[in-house]
Amino acid sequence: MADTGVVEALLRRVEKVDDGVDSLEVATSLELDHQVIVGAVKSLQAVGDVISAELRSSKHWELTDEGREIAEHGSHEARVFGSIPVEGLPQSELMKLSFGKIGFSKAMSNKWIRLDKAHEGGPRIFRTVESIEDQVREKLLLLQKGNASQLEEKEKNELKKRKLLSEVTVKTYWIMKGNSFSTTVTKQETELTAEMITNGSWKEKKFKPYNFEAMGVAPDCGHLHPLMKVRTQFRQIFLEMGFTEMPTNNFIESSFWNFDSLFQPQQHPARDQHDTFFLSDPALAHDFPQDYLERVKKVHSEGGFGSQGYKYDWKIEEAKKNILRTHTTAVSARMLYKLAQQKFTPVKYFSIDRVFRNETLDATHLAEFHQIEGVVADYGLTLGDLMGVLHQFFTKLGLKKWVEVGNSGIFRPEMLLPMGLPEDVSVIAWGLSLERPTMIKYGINNIRELVGHKVNLQMVYDKCGWTDFTFRM
Amino acid sequence: MPTVGVKRDLLFKALGRTYTDEEFDELCFEFGLELDEITSEKEIISREQGDSKASGASDIILYKIDVPANRYDLLCLEGLVRGLQVFKNKLEAPRYRRVSPVNGEPQKLIITKETAAVRPFAVAAVLRNITFTQERYDSFIELQEKLHQNICRKRSLVAIGTHDLDTISGPFTYTAKAPGDICFRPLNQTKEYTATQLMSLYKTDSHLRHYLHIIEDKPVYPVIYDSNGIVLSMPPIINGDHSKITLKTKNVFIECTATDVTKAKIVLDMMVTMFSEYCSQPFTPFKVLLVFQELAYRTERLSSEFINCKVGINESTEKIAQLLTRMCLRSRATGVGDEIEVEIPPTRSDVIHACDIMEDAAVAYGFNNITRTTPRTYTVAHQFPLNKLTELLRQDLAAAGFTEALNFALCSQEDIADKLGKKISETKAAHISNPKTAEFQVARTTLLPGLLKTIAANRKMPLPLKLFEISDVVLQDETKDVGARNSRRFCAVYYNKSPGFEVIHGLLDRTMQLLDVKSARGEGYHIQAADDPTFFPGRCAEIFVQGKSVGRLGVLHPDVINRFELTMPCSALEMDVEPFL
Repeated sequence: MADTGVVEALLRRVEKVDDGVDSLEVATSLELDHQVIVGAVKSLQAVGDVISAELRSSKHWELTDEGREIAEHGSHEARVFGSIPVEGLPQSELMKLSFGKIGFSKAMSNKWIRLDKAHEGGPRIFRTVESIEDQVREKLLLLQKGNASQLEEKEKNELKKRKLLSEVTVKTYWIMKGNSFSTTVTKQETELTAEMITNGSWKEKKFKPYNFEAMGVAPDCGHLHPLMKVRTQFRQIFLEMGFTEMPTNNFIESSFWNFDSLFQPQQHPARDQHDTFFLSDPALAHDFPQDYLERVKKVHSEGGFGSQGYKYDWKIEEAKKNILRTHTTAVSARMLYKLAQQKFTPVKYFSIDRVFRNETLDATHLAEFHQIEGVVADYGLTLGDLMGVLHQFFTKLGLKKWVEVGNSGIFRPEMLLPMGLPEDVSVIAWGLSLERPTMIKYGINNIRELVGHKVNLQMVYDKCGWTDFTFRM
Repeated sequence: MPTVGVKRDLLFKALGRTYTDEEFDELCFEFGLELDEITSEKEIISREQGDSKASGASDIILYKIDVPANRYDLLCLEGLVRGLQVFKNKLEAPRYRRVSPVNGEPQKLIITKETAAVRPFAVAAVLRNITFTQERYDSFIELQEKLHQNICRKRSLVAIGTHDLDTISGPFTYTAKAPGDICFRPLNQTKEYTATQLMSLYKTDSHLRHYLHIIEDKPVYPVIYDSNGIVLSMPPIINGDHSKITLKTKNVFIECTATDVTKAKIVLDMMVTMFSEYCSQPFTPFKVLLVFQELAYRTERLSSEFINCKVGINESTEKIAQLLTRMCLRSRATGVGDEIEVEIPPTRSDVIHACDIMEDAAVAYGFNNITRTTPRTYTVAHQFPLNKLTELLRQDLAAAGFTEALNFALCSQEDIADKLGKKISETKAAHISNPKTAEFQVARTTLLPGLLKTIAANRKMPLPLKLFEISDVVLQDETKDVGARNSRRFCAVYYNKSPGFEVIHGLLDRTMQLLDVKSARGEGYHIQAADDPTFFPGRCAEIFVQGKSVGRLGVLHPDVINRFELTMPCSALEMDVEPFL
């Protein structure tokens, strides 16, 4: 709040005029610096509609420091002229004076003085005219009195070029009475206090308005990781659709369950050292269901269950090799095998968990990622059912172009029948990565900005919007 | 999925019409393929090696088409065009026939027993009176390369050799000899080399060096001779220069040597069926060895009800037979009930079960024409209890002011051992045999290194940093079939100018409150001083729940802080989650 005295003096001035008053004028009449009045105007504006103030700007000429000196003492050339007596002055003496150097050259070009270089005792300066007229000073005096209009633009610009004059823009307020004009103002409170509530003083007080344009203070909170938040949403979708979660907490899997049980041949490129992480310790798995293993071996090497098979020499050594699972379908295979060992009842399963690939890393590929998988096993499922379930799933997710983000299909009989599932049971399944839709949602191009220890925590703090995933039925 | 690159204009010429890019994309989709990219050699070179290298390259438009992994019959222009033309009813699926030469006996390839030690199988065929053009020749070479990279598993399972039959004379002998005893002039070389010399010559060859390992360590190397002792090839490495094919070649002798005879037959069938259309009598390659049944057609019988039920459509038996015929599976309704007889040509080695026939029927019907239905499977959903608990805990830990990190399950040995002041042998870690870098040596046995690395990467963030992670570590466990198990852990760290043990301790108290475990010795939880090299002496405690240890908390040892390139004090907590289920 500006000084109360100034504010009240200003208000009294405004009270007297109906059509308003200029702030600069007020400052002059109150003999105060203009900025003090500006401060008073601003604090009154903050109080409410006491006054109305319109910002105006005007340009006017003002003498520079050098200009003011000349207005007082005369131009440098006139002072040079004035310092030279009739008998002349040595040039060296003149140059000792503060205005000597500039004034000398100007006075010379005005032909007021002359220089006798050959004078005995050194160069000497003499007057060449009786008297002079100091026009520069007179013009500046005119300007100082506020009579700028009496000078031509050209003259003013010349003085400006000599840095004696400058054109300044003055911002002033045109102040008028506001709707709730009053000559007295109450001091405003910034905040409501407990004391005011207790003693009821808040009723009499006026409160300073808040700046609603400013940002609030960020809450001191923890954050969930964006990828895990999207995982939560996918879990939710599956649960809403009646899918039961599979136990996928086994990163290490045998080649048997990861590949052979899925009818993936032992020479398949996915089983190559370049694509899959093999384990050196524990290197091999044991304890396979023996009769099931025999059926798997047979369907690979000889066929059966209506299949030609792959007709190759299936080796248990290959099946025993431990790996980091390359897909969660290894768990689906274990679950379906388990299901086949009891009386069959239809099931819907899902899982979202880590899988591992020993592939070349780039902006969208890491050695590990999360696979989302859905599986439905029932009598007589069709391709139409698969497409229907996918449609429901991706509609809930809010993704229209779902064909491009995942894989889907019906599990082969060569996989299901050796497990012992009834012949008329079909199993439809689909899978996609969790990272890909999350990157699309959050507009992240490099997977390293989303997963792993190199992520910027600011990203974790900021990428938290829910909308795309929440507000769809 | 292999990608096949074909020149657009050649493709359109062969298809007998032009398509817009959108139309062709649509056609691919209908046929179960994907038009992956429209590009040119120039564009590819400029993208991979920069504009300057691309200046002289061809700007003929190429279509890159993704083909299903087991559809070897679509890996070249010839097969792709044949498949599409039949699909569009513009061509009847060709019948491939084996014919004997007009004069004389069929060629013979004699396989000696020595090959058993290195590469025991071989099959061969002759394409007679073929007419090559530059484009056909290029496609012929490229199909070999595509097959080598895919079904042949980089020549390890099968290797293809092609020869100008008129430069050699049968019968041919496939045998195996000691490398020093094999001597010939290999393709595109000016002098003769022994096999031993060749192996060292090709050590630096950017292309061939990848195949050397297949036979390198064997006592004998495979080799094929003609009746005059001319070397045709030393599979799977290189052919002889003598019999190389040219644009003028009229009769092509094709041999496939293999460790997997089924795949060798598939590969030979592909080579001859794809290029027999350029023979004077199209689609009639000459067969060489009578032991094997190349060009075998197989007949399957199935019911239209099977197809209708599996696809979810309702079409007549005749209509389904038509659909299959369009997929090069010549089919007819037998008239016995709703039975369909389907003939599987030698080009369709991928069809090994009725379900493959069903899938082709669905492709021909059009996936988009199948009515979407909802399975009426009634189920009650259950969450996996461990994941349910994890989800609940995560929410409340974030509410307690900690931020969730997400780190890799794989890391270096150093991360889980040396850096934490422990020995790798004590960690019970599962070790990976083929990591490409040190980052993938082991599966993590603790979550702590990941969180510390996250802090190290975020040292510019305002302090304090409060992080947590609930995720799985992997430990060796002999009771499991694979010898290892996951263990769900909760880890939290507090990083600030002062250690803040009380903050981490407070988080433990809060967690126990959330888990309904009271602070009490015996029935509840308590902590008690422990020694652990990861922690500062006297600043580590073990967490006990109902008398059993579940984890530790404390102020990290300054050496540990330094090894993770951190500069401030840090307190941490790591405990098992599974005991609380």
